[in-house]
Amino acid sequence: MTDLLLNAVASGILLGGFYAAVTVGIAISFGMLDIGNLAHPAFIILGSFTAYILNSNFGIDPILAGVLVIPGFLLLGWLIYETYYWSFERRGEEGLRGLAFFFGLLFITEVALILIFGVDYRFVEAPYIGPSLHLGEVDLPLRMLVPAAVSVVLVAILQLFLSRTFLGRAILAVPQDSGALRLMSVNPTHIKRIAFSISIATAALAGSCLIIIQPVEPSIGRDYIGRVFAICVLGGMGSFPGMFTAAILIGIAENITATFYGPSWSPAVAFGFLLLTLGFRPTGIMGR
Amino acid sequence: MKTGTFWILTAVTVAVVFALSRLVSNDYFFFASYLVLQYIVLSTAWNILGGYTGYLNFGTAAFLAIGAYCSVVLHKLWGPPIPVLILAGGVLAGLLGLGMGYLTLRLRGVFFAISTLALAVVLQTLITNWDYVGGSRGVYIIRPQTAPLIGSYIQYLFLIMLILAGLSIAIARTIEHSTLGYGLATIRDDEMSAEASGVPTLRLKLISTTLSGALMGMAGAPLPYYVTYLDPTSGFNLTFAVNSIAMPLIGGTQYWLGPLIGAIFLGTIQQVATVTISSAVNLLIVGVLMVGFVVIAPNGIIGLFERRGRGRRG
Repeated sequence: MTDLLLNAVASGILLGGFYAAVTVGIAISFGMLDIGNLAHPAFIILGSFTAYILNSNFGIDPILAGVLVIPGFLLLGWLIYETYYWSFERRGEEGLRGLAFFFGLLFITEVALILIFGVDYRFVEAPYIGPSLHLGEVDLPLRMLVPAAVSVVLVAILQLFLSRTFLGRAILAVPQDSGALRLMSVNPTHIKRIAFSISIATAALAGSCLIIIQPVEPSIGRDYIGRVFAICVLGGMGSFPGMFTAAILIGIAENITATFYGPSWSPAVAFGFLLLTLGFRPTGIMGR
Repeated sequence: MKTGTFWILTAVTVAVVFALSRLVSNDYFFFASYLVLQYIVLSTAWNILGGYTGYLNFGTAAFLAIGAYCSVVLHKLWGPPIPVLILAGGVLAGLLGLGMGYLTLRLRGVFFAISTLALAVVLQTLITNWDYVGGSRGVYIIRPQTAPLIGSYIQYLFLIMLILAGLSIAIARTIEHSTLGYGLATIRDDEMSAEASGVPTLRLKLISTTLSGALMGMAGAPLPYYVTYLDPTSGFNLTFAVNSIAMPLIGGTQYWLGPLIGAIFLGTIQQVATVTISSAVNLLIVGVLMVGFVVIAPNGIIGLFERRGRGRRG
């Protein structure tokens, strides 16, 4: 019983670490820029498939593959933001139609992947998929440990970028006061464009982490819609430390639910958390 | 046109369409039309909340599935006729809609939209783990071969959905031309100023969510008899949600005619694509059309004609 619980908590923490990598893009686009990018999970699956192509054709390590495709994802983010800006934000119609736009993108990406790759589960090969670390009664599989470590590095780099560089601070300033930003002769739209591109770029790495953890098929992205938004809201929208805490909390909760009540209950955990948070404490656990 | 006249005209249209359909002997026609009619109900219901009130509901599938599973339970208990099932499904889904309405107290915009999606997943998990209605294995419903007076059972289901479609359109048109409709429009345009000018926003929103949810539940009630096998994955399919959003947006969200045009247009295209190409492609068509329309023609097909008309006048 205790070793089951210990193992559930330990792998929950690792799972949560990975969830942070999945959510960090949403924390930027939705938490900071106020763009409800529902399609983010679909881009993560796209990242998984680019990692799969590079891994199965050229034998490139999936994490390295994730890094290699970042320029492409930056470009994709750039294009999406341009379309979003010219069609909705400029006209002040981002609410209803903007959401429908991203919901449509989610479907287009998913179906395009199904048409190209089919609905088979795809997986990658890497030396760290398989072995585990044993710490007493606790098993730490490397295929969970590596993505969690990648995630910590990714979030740390982004945190440093946001707090130490001029561009990063400008991104943080956009949601606070874009009028003042304009007075500093910075164009808020340009800053948002860069920040949104970065948020999509994180999906490349999150996607390669995902395909290390489990085999991937195009429609599993939907499972992540709830998780990423639950973690983002629970963590207090734009805050990275809050997001990390929330991610680990949900990772542990899902794992304990799956261990003791069966995996069929775990999809409801994140959404249950989300509904409770939105209903009772919309500012999140570390909100101001 | 007076509201009463419109109701009579809708009833006449329903009767004429049904009479004409008697000339068709191909059962497939009824199978395909049933789906299109179901989408007319769903998108019109969605539009009452989405188009008139400005709250985006991603949880259409949840309401539809509540209606469908309500029928499954009643069918297993004592098997009442379909009109009773529709009433029961409508009441249950309406109550769920009422609950969703209270969410709007604290949540607006994106938050509301995401929590409706969350609602659908939580309900799906509950149904998946409920063995009485089949759990994740699904449940088989054995439907009668024939229906009294009508003949073939699929034609009976077609007639029921046709009546529901007429009913939902008449309700939507009535809302549009009543003080309720104007109240909802003020909420959509600026909820704060509406509240400040004395519009009872909460009461209006509750009416809107309840009505919208109830109609979706009613559309779902005959579903188990139509598919004869229902499992949570197909009942809570996200396709229902994306279609019921895409259809009003493509047709135009301002008037009752928009969802009707969108549903007939997109529903027919999908039926054709499913038969001739594949079911994956028809989802791609929905996605591309929806994104294309919100980007290029924000007011839908109706908006295109309106703009042209205005241009000619000016």
